[in-house]
Amino acid sequence: MLPALTAIFLCQLVGEAITVGAGLPLPGPVVGMVLLFAALVIRGKVPGSLAKVGDGLLSNLSLLFVPAGVGIMQHAARLEDEAFAVGGALLASTLLTIAVTAFVMSRFTPRHSGGQTHAASSKD
Amino acid sequence: MGETISDIWVYLAASPLLALTMTLVLFQVAQWLYRKAGRPALLNPVFLSAAAIVAILIATDTPYPTYFEGAQFIHFLLGPATVALAIPLYRQIERVKESALAITVSLLAGSLTAMTTAVGIGYLLRLDAISLVSLAPKSVTAPVAMGIVEKLGGLPSLTAVFVIITGILGGALGPVVLDRLRIFDPTARGFALGTASHGIGTARALQESEVAGAFSGLAMGLNALATAILLPFLWSLFG
Repeated sequence: MLPALTAIFLCQLVGEAITVGAGLPLPGPVVGMVLLFAALVIRGKVPGSLAKVGDGLLSNLSLLFVPAGVGIMQHAARLEDEAFAVGGALLASTLLTIAVTAFVMSRFTPRHSGGQTHAASSKD
Repeated sequence: MGETISDIWVYLAASPLLALTMTLVLFQVAQWLYRKAGRPALLNPVFLSAAAIVAILIATDTPYPTYFEGAQFIHFLLGPATVALAIPLYRQIERVKESALAITVSLLAGSLTAMTTAVGIGYLLRLDAISLVSLAPKSVTAPVAMGIVEKLGGLPSLTAVFVIITGILGGALGPVVLDRLRIFDPTARGFALGTASHGIGTARALQESEVAGAFSGLAMGLNALATAILLPFLWSLFG
């Protein structure tokens, strides 16, 4: 477990160093994700201990957003004034983005790997 | 007795353990409620537990920075979790290769829709230029969105709030929209959730399937890159 955790932290650390050093407009962890991905491609498989640590982190991903979500309380006053306009823009834009992206993606995805018709019955 | 309790409270409130434990307990209660109620969009566990914590902090007069001293240990794991998204992505490498064209076209369509509709609707609803620019990268993961807005003269801390709200809205209502549109392909569902609502959408996509989660994580990273490149250019045309 320890080597796997170390590998993940190391990817993030190098990612942070690269973004700061090269002045990239990306967060360190996203570059770290690319580095880990490249390492997995070179290695040719996901080592068991890394799979365990990674899946453990990702299965609780929602929890990790709670502290940032609570931060909304710091902007209560500003948000009160613009609540309607901001709320309307965020809601409409987010749902439109999801609809447009999914629609385009399902149009362009090669048929055999998609599941537009196969999975339909189980979900609805 | 009353004094003892308040003494204990004062002691505990100053230690990071209280905020940490409170976050873990309330999140699990929220998850339990969400499952019990049949997973309704409005009872999204992130929204529910954050709202409960805000209520407790206000009721006990606890400032956010005090809470964050404990909660930062959870917040910190966001970085390693983002790195770990490489794992589901690697497992889906064949599907990603197959869908390269679909990914490129949907990324451009989604990224442009996210920016233009947020600014367009905000403009029609008479938001000022500072709010508009702070709103523009709302679909992108918080650190990137804040960096972009800072360069364009908006308010990064306001952007962080918009990003979180967008994530919760997309994570909660996105699957409902996708069901209505009868789009059930996990690659399209995941890619849309990640493009529109970054990590919170990805957390939701991972609950649907590993394929959806992998494509969502990929979309989150790609949209961060696309927005960082496109937005400054679009904003210079607009302003």
